[in-house]
Amino acid sequence: MTILIDKKNQVTEKIQPKGFLRYFSFSLDHKVIGIQYLVCGFLFYLVGGTLASAIRIELTSPMSDFMPRDVYNQVLTLHGTIMIFLWIVPVVNGAFGNYLIPFYVGARDMAFPRLNAVAFWLIPPSGLMLITSYFIDGAAQAGWTAYPPLSITTPQSGQIVWILSVLLLGGSSIFGGINFIATILKLRRPGLKLMQLPMYCWAMLGTSILVVLSTPVLAGTLILLSFDIVANTGFFNPVLGGNVVVYQHLFWFYSHPAVYIMVLPAFGLVSEILPIHCRKPLFGYKTMVFSIMGIVVLGLVVWAHHMFTSGTPPWMRLFFTIATAFIAVPTGIKFFNWVATMWGGKISINSAMLFSCGFIINFVFGGITGVALAQVPFDIHVHDTYFVVAHFHYIVYGGSVFVIFSSIYHWFPKVTGKLLDEKLGILHFALTFIGFNLCFAPQHWLGLNGMPRRVAEYDPQFQFVNQISSLGALFMAISTIPFLINIFLSVKNGKKAGDNPWKALTPEWLTSSPPPVENWKGEAPLVTEPYGYGSDNY
Amino acid sequence: MLSKSSYLIFIISGVIGISFWIGFNVNLLPTEASINAPIYDELFKILFIIGLILFIGMSLLVVYSLIKFRKRKGQIGDGIALEGNLKLEIIWTVIPSIIVLLVGLYSYNIYDRMGGMNELNHDHSAMGNNSEKIWAGISQSNNNLSLIDTNIEVSAMQFAFLFNYPKGDFISGELHVPVNKEISVKMESKDVIHAFWIPEFRIKQDIIPGQPTVLNFTPTKVGKYPIICAELCGPYHGGMRASIIVEEQSDYENWFNQNKKDELKA
Amino acid sequence: MTTINPKKLENSSNEDNGHHEDFRLFGLITFLIADGMTFAGFFAAYLTYKAVNPLPDGAIYELELPIPTINTILLLVSSATFHKAGKALLKKNNVESQKWLLITAVLGISFLICQLFEYFHLPFGLTDNLFASTFYALTGFHGLHVTLGTLMILIILWQTRIEGGRISYKNMFPFEAVELYWHFVDGIWVILFIILYLL
Ligand code: HEA
Ligand code: HEA
Ligand code: CUA
Ligand SMILES: [Cu+2]
Repeated sequence: MTILIDKKNQVTEKIQPKGFLRYFSFSLDHKVIGIQYLVCGFLFYLVGGTLASAIRIELTSPMSDFMPRDVYNQVLTLHGTIMIFLWIVPVVNGAFGNYLIPFYVGARDMAFPRLNAVAFWLIPPSGLMLITSYFIDGAAQAGWTAYPPLSITTPQSGQIVWILSVLLLGGSSIFGGINFIATILKLRRPGLKLMQLPMYCWAMLGTSILVVLSTPVLAGTLILLSFDIVANTGFFNPVLGGNVVVYQHLFWFYSHPAVYIMVLPAFGLVSEILPIHCRKPLFGYKTMVFSIMGIVVLGLVVWAHHMFTSGTPPWMRLFFTIATAFIAVPTGIKFFNWVATMWGGKISINSAMLFSCGFIINFVFGGITGVALAQVPFDIHVHDTYFVVAHFHYIVYGGSVFVIFSSIYHWFPKVTGKLLDEKLGILHFALTFIGFNLCFAPQHWLGLNGMPRRVAEYDPQFQFVNQISSLGALFMAISTIPFLINIFLSVKNGKKAGDNPWKALTPEWLTSSPPPVENWKGEAPLVTEPYGYGSDNY
Repeated sequence: MLSKSSYLIFIISGVIGISFWIGFNVNLLPTEASINAPIYDELFKILFIIGLILFIGMSLLVVYSLIKFRKRKGQIGDGIALEGNLKLEIIWTVIPSIIVLLVGLYSYNIYDRMGGMNELNHDHSAMGNNSEKIWAGISQSNNNLSLIDTNIEVSAMQFAFLFNYPKGDFISGELHVPVNKEISVKMESKDVIHAFWIPEFRIKQDIIPGQPTVLNFTPTKVGKYPIICAELCGPYHGGMRASIIVEEQSDYENWFNQNKKDELKA
Repeated sequence: MTTINPKKLENSSNEDNGHHEDFRLFGLITFLIADGMTFAGFFAAYLTYKAVNPLPDGAIYELELPIPTINTILLLVSSATFHKAGKALLKKNNVESQKWLLITAVLGISFLICQLFEYFHLPFGLTDNLFASTFYALTGFHGLHVTLGTLMILIILWQTRIEGGRISYKNMFPFEAVELYWHFVDGIWVILFIILYLL
C-alpha cells in the first residue's frame, strides 16, 4: 500500500502490510501505534491480573500455603510493576494519546513519528524481560517501591532486571511525553486555538509535563540504586554511610506524580465520553483546564505523604498534609463539572456511559479515602496496611481501568467500524462493578483492624473478610470473559457502525471509520467547538 | 405536594442524617488501648462522616441523573446547551476548599494532641550515648524525656523484634509494659527497614537502619496486643510479629523482677 | 454545525504554516528539561547528604580547585567558539565554521582529559564513602554528556563539509540542536562546579 506523502506535514508510512498484520509490525502511523499500545497493554493486564489472582488465592487462607513466601513477594512486586508501568501508564497515555491527539489537533501524525515508534517498541521487550526474570533467577521481591536496603540485599539479578526494565519503560514514557507536548503545542492546525482543544489534549499536556519533569528523577534514582547493587557504593546503604530516606524522597518525587500520570488522561477521556452520550456541552471548560493545571502543580509538591512514618520532620508532615488535601479541590471541580454535564442531558445508557459513571462513583470513594490518608495522624495508623491497598485500587482500578473499558466501548466503532454488543457490554460492567467493590471495599476494614500489606500470612481472624475479597477478585476475573468474547465476535461480525454512530462533534468522528491513513481525505476540519451539542443540529 | 426546594432539603438532611448515624454507630476500628486511640477515633469519626456525606451525595447525584435524564424511546435531539455557570463553579471550588482547610487544621490539632509536633532531632542525653543523633517518632510525649523511667530498647531484625530492658539488663521476646504509664521505646534496626505497629494503640513508626528513633506511648487498657511489622522486610515479613502485654503496675514489676539479671536482684 | 469547512477560511491550509520546523527544536528543549531534571535529582541527593549525613572523621577532603577551574574556563570558551561557528555558518562561510567547530571539539576533548587526570589524582575511589560516590556519580554523568556532545560536534563538523555536506545555512537544525545541547551541558557544569567544588 502506498500512501500519499505530503512532505511538510508529518508523513506516515510508505508501504505497510495490509489488514490485520499491519498492527503487528513496525509502523509509524499514530493510529497503528496507538492500537499496538492498547493490545500490548491489555496482554500485560492479563498477566498482571493472573498474578493478582494468585495473590488472592494465597490470601484465602491465613497460612502461607499456595506459594513460598519469597515467591509471594515476587508475585506482588511483578503485579504492581506490570499493572502500573505496562498497563495503565502505556494505555491511558500511549494508546489513547497516540490514537486521538493527532485527530484533536488536526494533524496527520504525531510530531515525531519515529520517536513514537521507538517509544512503543521499548515496551514489549522490557516487559518480557521483567517477566522472564522470574523464571531465571527469581524476580525482584522488594515491592514496586523497591525500598533499599531490602532491594540491595535481596537476590540481585532479579532486582537489576527490574531496574533495567523500569528504566527502559521510563525512557519510553519520556519520549512519549515529549512527543505529546510538541504535538499539542506546535502541530495544531492553523486557526485552532488552545482553548478550543478537546479536554483530552489538556489532560495529556498536563500529564506530559509531569512525565517530563518527574520521570528523569526516577531514572537517576534507579541508576544510583543499581550502583549500590552492582558497584558496592553506599548511596542508600546505611552500612556504608548512606541514607535510605533520600531514596524514598527521590522515588516518591516521581511516583506520586506517576499516580496523576495514571489518572489525568483518564479524566480527559471521561471528559470526551460524557458530553457525547449526554448530548450536552462539557460543563465548565475553563475551570476544567485550570483544574488540570492545578493538579499538575500541586501533584509535584505532595510526594512526602507516602513517608509520614519514615521520620520526616513535623513541619514537613504538616506542609505535605495540607498540600495533598488541597488536590481534592481541583479534582472535585472536575467531578462536579461532570455531574453538571450529565444534569439535564439526554443520556444514552450504554456500556461506555455506565463505565464512566462507575468511574465517577469509585473514584470519589477512592479520592475521599485518599484525603483521609493525607491527614498525618490518620495515616500513621493505616500506612502500609490494606487500607492503602484499598485506596489505590479504588483509584487505579475503579478509576483508570473503568475509564479504559469505557473508552474501548466508546472508540471501538471508530477503530474497527463495527459496534460492540451492548448486552455483553452491560454484563461486563455489572460483573466488574460488583466484583470490584466486593474485592476492595472489605480491604478498608482489614487495614483499619490490623492487617498489614505485602504479607502472605496473616492473623486468622481476618480469614473470612479476605475470602470475600478473593470472591470479588474471582468475579473480576470472570468479567473479562464476556469482554473478550464481545471483542472477538464484534471484530468478526459486529454490526456496521457507520462513520459517526454517536453523532459526535470531536474531529476523530468527522472521518470514515476506520479512518484513512492520512486521517482525513482532504484537509483536516477545523473544529472550534468540540462540545457544541444542543445548539441547533440534531 | 411538596415544593422542589423542600424535597431538596429533605434529601440533603437525609444524606447528612444517615451519614451521621453510620458514623456514630458503625465501628470499624479495633479496641482503644492507648491515650492516642480515642483521639484518633475522634478524627476517624469526623473524616468518616464527611466522607460519607460526600460519597453518598455524589453517588445519588450520578444515579439520579442517569435515571432521570436517560434518553427515552423515540426521543431525539440534544440536551440543553449549557456550557457552564460561574456561580455554581465558584461554589464548588470554595466549599471543598473550606472543608479541606478545616479538616487540615483539625487534624493538625489532633496531631498536636498526639504529641506529633514535638521537635524531631533532639539530643537525647537521657538515653545515654550523647553524640548519637536520635529521631523522634510520632510520639505523644511533651514531658522531659529523662523523667521517664520505663525506657526500653527495641531492636528489629529479619524477622523478629527483641526488647531490651536496660534497667534489668535482660532481653525479652515480648514487650511487657505497665498500664497508664508513659513508655518510651528506642528503636533500632539491624538490617532493613521495619515498622513498629500496634493497631490497638493507633501508632506506627518505621524503624530505619542508621536512624535510631524514639517513640512514646501510654497504654490505657490491660491486655495482650499484637506488635506488627508493617514494612516489607523480606520473605518472612508476614510472620514478623510480637506481642505487647499491658499489665497492672504490680504484675509488671513481678515480671520485671523475675527476669532481671541476678546481679541486679537485691 | 460548529465544524467549519476549512476551505472557507483564508490562510488555513495545513501546509506552509510557517512554523513546521521549529517543533523539532521545541522537542529538543523539552528533552533537555527532562535531562536537567535528572541532574536536579542528583544535586538534590548530594545536597541532602551534605546536610544530614556527616561524613566520618578523616573522610572529608578539600578538593583541589585548579583543574576544575581550568575545566570551567574550557567549557565556557567552547560555548563561545561554538557560537562563533554558528555565526560563520550563517554567513555561508563553511570553512570558517568548520575551524571554530574544530576548536570547540578540541576544547571538549581537553575537558575530558583534564577530568580523567583529576580522577587519577584524587585521594579517594568510587566506593570510599558517600561523598566520593556522589562526586563520581555527578561528574561521571556529566562527563558522559560531554563525551556525547563532543562526538556530535565531530559529526556535524563532518557534515559541514564545504560542498555536499548535510549542514549549511539552509539546514541549520542539526547544528542548532547540537549547539543548544552543548550550552546546556556547559550550564550544568557551572552549577555542578559551584555545588560540588565551591560550596
Ligand atoms: C491513579 C492513582 C492515584 C490517584 C489519582 C491518587 C489520588 C490521591 N491519593 Fe493516592 N495512592 C495511589 C494512587 C493514587 N492516589 C497509590 C498507588 C498509592 C500507594 C503507593 C504504595 O505505597 O504502593 C497511594 C497512596 C496514597 C497515600 C499514602 C498512603 C500511605 O502509604 O500511607 C496518600 C496519603 O496522603 C494518598 C492520598 C491521595 C490523595 C489525597 C489523592 C487525591 O488526588 C484524591 C482527590 C480526589 C477526591 C477527593 C475525590 C473527588 C473530589 C470531590 C468529590 C470534592 C469534594 C471532596 C472533598 C472536600 C474531600 N494516596
Ligand atoms: C495499577 C493498577 C493495578 C490494577 C489494575 C490492579 C488490579 C488488581 N489488584 Fe493490585 N496492586 C497494584 C496495582 C494494581 N492492581 C499495586 C501498585 C500494588 C502494590 C504492589 C506492592 O505492594 O508493591 C498492588 C497490590 C495488590 C494487592 C496487595 C498485595 C499485598 O500487599 O500483599 C492485592 C491483594 O488483594 C491486589 C489485588 C488486585 C486484584 C484482585 C486486581 C484485579 O482488579 C485484577 C483483575 C484482573 C484479572 C483477574 C485478570 C483476568 C484475567 C485472567 C484471570 C487471566 C486469564 C489469563 C490468560 C488468558 C493468560 N493488588
Ligand atoms: Cu520486618 Cu516486615
Ligand atoms: Cu501519592
